[in-house]
Amino acid sequence: MAKKNKTKAKKKTIRPIKVTPPTAAQADSLALLKQLSEAVAVSGDEGAVRKIIREAVTHLADEISVDAMGNLFAIKHAASPRAPRVLVTAHIDEIGFMIVGEGKDGLYSFEAVGGIDDRILLGKPLWVGADKINGVIGFKPIHLVKPNERSTVVKIDALKVDVGANRSVKAGDRATFATPFVDLGFTVRGKALDDRAGCAVLVEILRGKYPVELIAAFTVQEEVGLRGAKVAGYTAEPDAAIVIDCTPANDLPSQDDEVENSHYNTKLGHGPAIYSFDRGTVSDKRLIKHLASTAESKRISYQHRQPGGGGTDAGAIHLTRGGVPSVSVSVPGRYLHSPAALVSKDDFYNTAKLVRAALENWSPKVLKR
Amino acid sequence: MKLNHVSRIPYHEVNMKPLIKKLVESYGPSGHEEQIREIIRSEIKGLADYVTIDPLGNLIAVYKKKAKSGKKVMLAAHMDEIGLIVSHIDSKGFASFVPVGGVRPLTCIGGRVRFANDVVGVIGVHERRDSNGVPTLDDLFIDTGAASPDTSPIKVGDAAGFFRPLEEIGDRLVAKSMDDRISCAVMIEVMRQLKRTPHEVQFVFTVQEEIGTRGATTSAFGLDPEVAFSIDVTATGDTPKGPRMEVALGNGAAIKVRDSGMISDPRLVTLLEQRASEAKVKSQREVLPGGSTDARAIQVVRAGVPSGCVSIPCRYVHSPSEMVDMRDVNAAVSLLVQTLEKPIDL
Repeated sequence: MAKKNKTKAKKKTIRPIKVTPPTAAQADSLALLKQLSEAVAVSGDEGAVRKIIREAVTHLADEISVDAMGNLFAIKHAASPRAPRVLVTAHIDEIGFMIVGEGKDGLYSFEAVGGIDDRILLGKPLWVGADKINGVIGFKPIHLVKPNERSTVVKIDALKVDVGANRSVKAGDRATFATPFVDLGFTVRGKALDDRAGCAVLVEILRGKYPVELIAAFTVQEEVGLRGAKVAGYTAEPDAAIVIDCTPANDLPSQDDEVENSHYNTKLGHGPAIYSFDRGTVSDKRLIKHLASTAESKRISYQHRQPGGGGTDAGAIHLTRGGVPSVSVSVPGRYLHSPAALVSKDDFYNTAKLVRAALENWSPKVLKR
Repeated sequence: MKLNHVSRIPYHEVNMKPLIKKLVESYGPSGHEEQIREIIRSEIKGLADYVTIDPLGNLIAVYKKKAKSGKKVMLAAHMDEIGLIVSHIDSKGFASFVPVGGVRPLTCIGGRVRFANDVVGVIGVHERRDSNGVPTLDDLFIDTGAASPDTSPIKVGDAAGFFRPLEEIGDRLVAKSMDDRISCAVMIEVMRQLKRTPHEVQFVFTVQEEIGTRGATTSAFGLDPEVAFSIDVTATGDTPKGPRMEVALGNGAAIKVRDSGMISDPRLVTLLEQRASEAKVKSQREVLPGGSTDARAIQVVRAGVPSGCVSIPCRYVHSPSEMVDMRDVNAAVSLLVQTLEKPIDL
């Protein structure tokens, strides 16, 4: 004891970081997130992630099915057949790349699938194809870069993936950033947390019991235009929809000292982000209110995502058939659509907690006008 | 056909102005149509066979079918208006915002906006921006008189509409949100004047038109009409260096041939022109180079719906001073009543 105190006194300047140990359920959820983050499932080829989720939900759902587009449905029946139908979704696809050309000497041309900033590409390691062949995005090293080249962005069309001497890569193969998932204490870091964080949250939600007919849909092709959600919404024909996604936390200080950062979108560690308005959807006000009041009564931290651009599967779902009141809730994440996104564990756990509580508290009053 | 015959009031004797004033001065940016919906609902009380609100908030009033030969005809006018939504409140209480629909920075400066809770704000502009260029929306902010985020009467996510009273200038009316409250007024007046129709007429006051004709998409799916007309404003080519188009204020109801989102069913263009000449209603053809209406969405719902559009010519669309001519408004009412009273054979 005495010895311990002594060492503590020595390192007085460094404040010890206290990380609350996760509960067993949270540890499971985190382990699943690691597995999901490291799987390769670029839009249109989501089999690997679908398989992991299917296994994870086998004992949690009453009915499991996969539709023509590849959306995975896991349904938990309500006790009453007249219970409201609530669709909760998360997308299983991720942004990435597609090999488009058979190159010479292991060099392949490629294009982006989904929104990727050309400025982050040079020198990034990739996993190519289902077998995760190791590749790297080739570039000219700094020794040879001319001064005028330093200020220009190299476009993706001018780049090649270098897989060494490997000849098994083919046009049409998908690739992702090669990033192992790591636990950083307060946060986790990995690729594809958009929206594998949402997927792990949705699996967690399936552990609960609710007074609603819960239709969980793990959707495909969100990153290329909400394509899976469009048909999933049509099939589910719900009374309301909650979309769980991962949204940027651009909460670093502004580079201009004079103005505060007013375009943060969300802030890391401030809880699940409830949407009011984005490019694709005006959230249903009754659902925003239900989520916010649930969070307040259960003392779960939450934040309102800044209105503005961006979009989620709700953009497609709310327009299906005669219309579906919809809302999105996101896990905030820094550096999304890059090799290394950062998500707060508390935000991740609290997103599941919030949506579970909202579903547990569901009553016909929620949708009353 | 067994129909109650009630003689129609000639249009020039109807004073729509109090109704128009009430509608254009009300609050209702896209997705925030609760207040305007309640106002319209009370205006149309007792007129329709039934009234419902669908999942996205469209207000639907239906006149049931009175004759076997009648069709299911959908009429759509949107209740929503362009506006702003607060994205951030800075340490001094000024609010940043993003647009709801087609808001242009130039028409914002010096403007006044109003929130759902009746808080009024003024739009200011960063004075130290690059003054040679046109300001962007990022250069603008809303001042509600608050001095800090804690004392601000509004919060992130609150939406505002523009705020101006209606003005009468001769035959012309000027107000914010003529787009598309003038058509809501037209539709309400049509509901009042339409005493005998063979059709099932579905009057839909739609939501979220300005952000992508979203309410029309879902209400048309739900109602599954056989024919549809949207009623909306259209631009005019009669202002100095205005757009190259024929439509002019005062030349009558505009019958849309095409816009940048849809092509009217030619049979409906012909039908509307015929009905206009029968009723001696002044009309003009509209070919709109940019912009579209709810008909764009309705036309491609389910297996497709033959669609057309009756437009109210309007100057300065999407500014806080949109101008229409009462003669065109009355013409649109008469044209629609005439069309709905008669068979629609395609």
